[in-house]
Parts: sequence; structure tokens; C-alpha cells
Amino acid sequence: MRWLLISLALTFLGGFLLLPLVSVFVEAFRNGWETYVIALQDPDAQAAVRLTFLAAGIAVPLNLVFGVAAAWAIAKFEFRGKSILVTLIDLPFSVSPVVAGLVYVLMFGASGWATPLLAGTDIQIIFALPGIVLATIFVTFPFVARELIPLMQEQGTDDEQAALSLGASGWQTFWHVTLPNVRWGLLYGVLLCNARAMGEFGAVSVVSGHIRGHTNTMPLHVEILYNEYNFAAAFAIASLLATLALLTLGLKSLLEARHGSELARSQKH
Amino acid sequence: MEIALCNINKNFGAFRALNEVDLKIDSGELIALLGPSGSGKTTLLRIIAGLEYADTGTVAFGGTDMSRTPLRERQIGFVFQHYALFKHMTVRANVGFGLSVKPRGKRPLKSAIRDCADELLELVQLGGLGDRYPHQLSGGQRQRVALARALAIEPRVLLLDEPFGALDAKVRKELRQWLRELHQKTGVTTIFVTHDQEEALELADRIVIMNEGGIAQIGTVDQVYERPASPFVFDFLGSTNIIPARVEGAAVTVGDEVIAKEKEPRQISGPADVYVRPGDLRITGESEPGISVVVTQVQRTGPIVRASLRAANVDLRLTAELPHLHHDVPHFRVGASLKLRLALFSLFPSSQQSDNEGVLSESFLIGRERARAR
Repeated sequence: MRWLLISLALTFLGGFLLLPLVSVFVEAFRNGWETYVIALQDPDAQAAVRLTFLAAGIAVPLNLVFGVAAAWAIAKFEFRGKSILVTLIDLPFSVSPVVAGLVYVLMFGASGWATPLLAGTDIQIIFALPGIVLATIFVTFPFVARELIPLMQEQGTDDEQAALSLGASGWQTFWHVTLPNVRWGLLYGVLLCNARAMGEFGAVSVVSGHIRGHTNTMPLHVEILYNEYNFAAAFAIASLLATLALLTLGLKSLLEARHGSELARSQKH
Repeated sequence: MEIALCNINKNFGAFRALNEVDLKIDSGELIALLGPSGSGKTTLLRIIAGLEYADTGTVAFGGTDMSRTPLRERQIGFVFQHYALFKHMTVRANVGFGLSVKPRGKRPLKSAIRDCADELLELVQLGGLGDRYPHQLSGGQRQRVALARALAIEPRVLLLDEPFGALDAKVRKELRQWLRELHQKTGVTTIFVTHDQEEALELADRIVIMNEGGIAQIGTVDQVYERPASPFVFDFLGSTNIIPARVEGAAVTVGDEVIAKEKEPRQISGPADVYVRPGDLRITGESEPGISVVVTQVQRTGPIVRASLRAANVDLRLTAELPHLHHDVPHFRVGASLKLRLALFSLFPSSQQSDNEGVLSESFLIGRERARAR
């Protein structure tokens, strides 16, 4: 019975998860190493890579700050509307990414209500980097906060109170006590947040406008190449994304192995 | 530093945590706040610390009103039940934390902080363990690090919230002794919270017994143990036999039997409750005042022999305890009839309000005479 269950699980995992992953790499290298390198050297592809890293590079640090602030407020203080805030943090998980993207189009698009606010300036939100960053932030917002809230709640406020009683200021307490106490959970949250930020398709697809070499992120670029029957190039970019995913997975496992006990309590998703 | 609490009130929603508490503590005293859970003892400690604020009333340190002074400016040493050590810092860094977060102008040099931390670790008998991390220490060692950390800021008062609550019995006993010695060495005014009466009796100069948000009694160990102010205090300080009885002048009677005689006769008579500890029952002669009992069970628990008893003339169960080498012990055999005198007891108004007879049913204490001087 045990072996049956194990083999069933392995077959399922192999068939649905491992095989597709392997096939991405197989397809990418089907026409040989040179085609692969040429596909990656394509200026549009490189622009997509740059844009993906740029968007994630902006969105992840911002969500790091927002997430820590939100988790700190929720875990360590009592205030009115706390439960509403907790629910709001989960909103991006329950809303379809496409809807999330659409919201920004409706706000900042040609007839959006917020567009007149920017009328006098050169700032363009939709079909440009700011829109992509906004959509990415929206979609990846819960990762850091969700990781930290249970961890901070479980740790309680004794350590902070001890630091304050010893004469530390609020900032000193945060830097020397609160932050070090959650550092591994925080890193874990950032990792997940980053993985999602780089791989996000739906929300970004709506706001990006798919302008080659300008507003195409890696996942969008894969779709375009694929639709043009340029399979080798599509899979080459896809393999890059897959590599990033594997890297994240590796780091995540490493963290879990080393600091599993500290992370265990916060595994809620 | 002497501490004065005046008219402290604190509510948590509809729950009255503290009700008009007044308390004065002299400089250098070692005080225990003792009470059952929910009695307000921890809340009182947290108000002294500045972790909570009283709804009304004042907290003064050395004559200065500190009621609105925030925690970090009160200069108190607070020790938590679960230590609250900073996990990611070495023991030495933990102890030196209070010095290293001082504003730049007042901060000692790194080497001075290090020396001070090592000195304090020496004081708490953990010299040489400065480079370890908290998780490498035992519970008792961690609590001593927490104490050293609290002492590093030269606190005006040291506050400990159930400091030994998370430790096992043996370590707890050692640490008690050790804390007593440390207090003698440092002389810092110290207040600790406990629900363990033994801990309070053993450690404190004075004990503040709390119940339902108020102070039930304040006094030295002798005072609270020998002259308990209320049935609650008597009951809380140890196991208790309660004997419903009548007072007739100097005599305390159960049924037809005179179980005790007070030294000074009273001009009152009526029902009363006799409170007597199991350890204060001793065998006496047939003609002496005492209560006749039949032994139903005898059990030895370590150095104490505990006997279950049934009163011979009324429906009442009692317990007696004797040191195992006491000369009375051989007489406590199952089935034996004995007469026991009440070596030490307290009289309180009867809790049975049904037969309302004069002054004795009033709610104040009517007597706590001793049958014999110790």
C-alpha cells in the first residue's frame, strides 16, 4: 500500500511537473547550442530580460518595505480596522491577475479617471514601465506580509518590551531585535515574492501593451515568440525563466533545511 | 529607590484588573506579589514597569511621579518569565545591549561595555560563557543572563515576572537561593510576581497577597503566615482544614466537644469557622481541649507523613501532616481513635450564613488567637 501511494505520487509528479520542465530544456536545445545563444542575444529578448529584472528590482524592494511595515503593525499593535487590513492583504491572492491588470487600465488608461491627474506631465503609466511595476506590486504584495505576520505573532512582544526597558529607541528595537528575529522568514518571503514578480503574466499582460523591446517582459516575450512559431527562441527564453524558478526552489530548500524550525509556523500557503 | 503606588485602578474592558491599590515599598526591599491567576499581580508589576498604564492613580519612584514616563525612560530592569533573550546575539551582547543602545554621547566604549558585561556574567556565575548563544544554555542559565542584562543598566528597581515559572522544581529552588544572595549583594529594590506561595515565603522580605484586583494582606512572612487577615489569605498560603464550630466565650466547640480554648475570653458567642493547617494538629491527652478523630488512611510522601482523618462526633474530614520522625507518627494507624489539639489556628466568621446569630456572622474577622505561643 505504501509503495503504491509513493509510486502514484511520483508518477503524477513526474508526468505533470517534471516532464514539462524537462521538455522546456529539450525544446530549447533542439536546434543546438548556437540557435539557443542567438535567441538569447536577440535585442528584443535582452530587452525583455532587462525589463523583467528592472520591474522585479523595483517591485520586490517596495513590497519588502510595505510587507514588513504591514506585518509589524498587524502583529505587534492593536488598532481599529486591523481585520480589514488583514483581509486586504489577501486580496491579490483572491483576485484574478487579469482583473488586477484591468484595474490599472481603467484607472490610468485613455479614459481612466486618474489620467487627468497626470495630464500635465510626461508620465505614462499604462503601456510603460510604471504600469508593469504597479501590476507586479499588486500581484506580489501578500508574499512578504503573509510570511511575516504569523512569525511575528508567534514571537510575541516580550523581546521588544525587553529592548525598550533596556533603553532602546523604537528604531533601535526594530533594527536590533525585531528584524533579526524574522530575518529568515523575511528572506523566504522575498524569494517567493521575487519568483512571482519575474514570472507574472496575466496582470502584466493587460497593462504592458506588448511593445517589443520596450514593454515586453520575459513571460510576454515567450508568448509572442511562440505565437510567431519561433519555438526554439520561445523555449530558450522559457528555459531562462525555468532556470530562475529552479534557482529559487533551490534557495528555498536550502533555507528550509537550515532554518526550518523558524519558518515552520508561517507555512500557511 | 523607594516606590509608592497610590490609588491604582485598571480595567480591561469590563474586567476590573486592579481596584484602588495602594502600596509603599522601601528602598532595597525584596517584595513578592503573590496571588492566584487573575488576581492582578502581573498587571500591577507591568504598571510599575511602564508596560501598562493605570487608568487612574500614580506611580512614584523615590518621590518623583513616573505615571506618564514611558518604559524606556523609567530605568527599570524587567525580567520576563520566558527570558526574552535576543536569540541572534551572544550572551555577552545580550548583557551589554542596554549600554550599547545608549545615545552616542553617553555610550561607553565598546571595550568598556564588554568588560561590564563580563563582570556581570561573573556576578551571575556565568563567567566564561559570554561567547555562547542563548540556545546553548539551560533554562536556569538563560534566566540568569536575563537578570544580568537587566542589571547592566543599573536599574532603579528590578521587576521579575514569574521568573522561575518555566523552570523545573530543582533548578527553581537553586535559583531562589541564588537570587536571595544576589539581592543581598546588589541591594537593588526588587519586586517579583509569583503564584507559588513557597517561593514567596522563602524569598521575600515582605509579601503582598493579591486577590481579585486588590491587596488582601501585606506583611512579613511571619505576619501573613501566623496572622492571616482573611480566610482567603489563610487558604492561599497552604493546605487548610476548615472546621465549622461555635464560639462560647473563650471556648471553641464542635458539637459537645471543646476543641480549643482561647487565652482571652470574648463577650460573644455564635458560629465561626476554625482554620487549621494539617501540620498544626498534634496528639493530646483525653482531658485537654481537642478534636476526637478516627484515622482512615496514612500515607508517607517523602519526609512528610499525611493522615486522612474522620471526626468522631460530627461529619467532617480532616488531614494531618507530621514530619516522618515525629514521636506522634507511630500513633497514626488506620482505625486508631485519637484526640488532636489545634496548635495554631485562626477563627473567621462562619461562611454558613443560614443561622444568623449576632456579631459573628458579620463579614469581618473575629479572632485569630493562638492556642499556644510558639
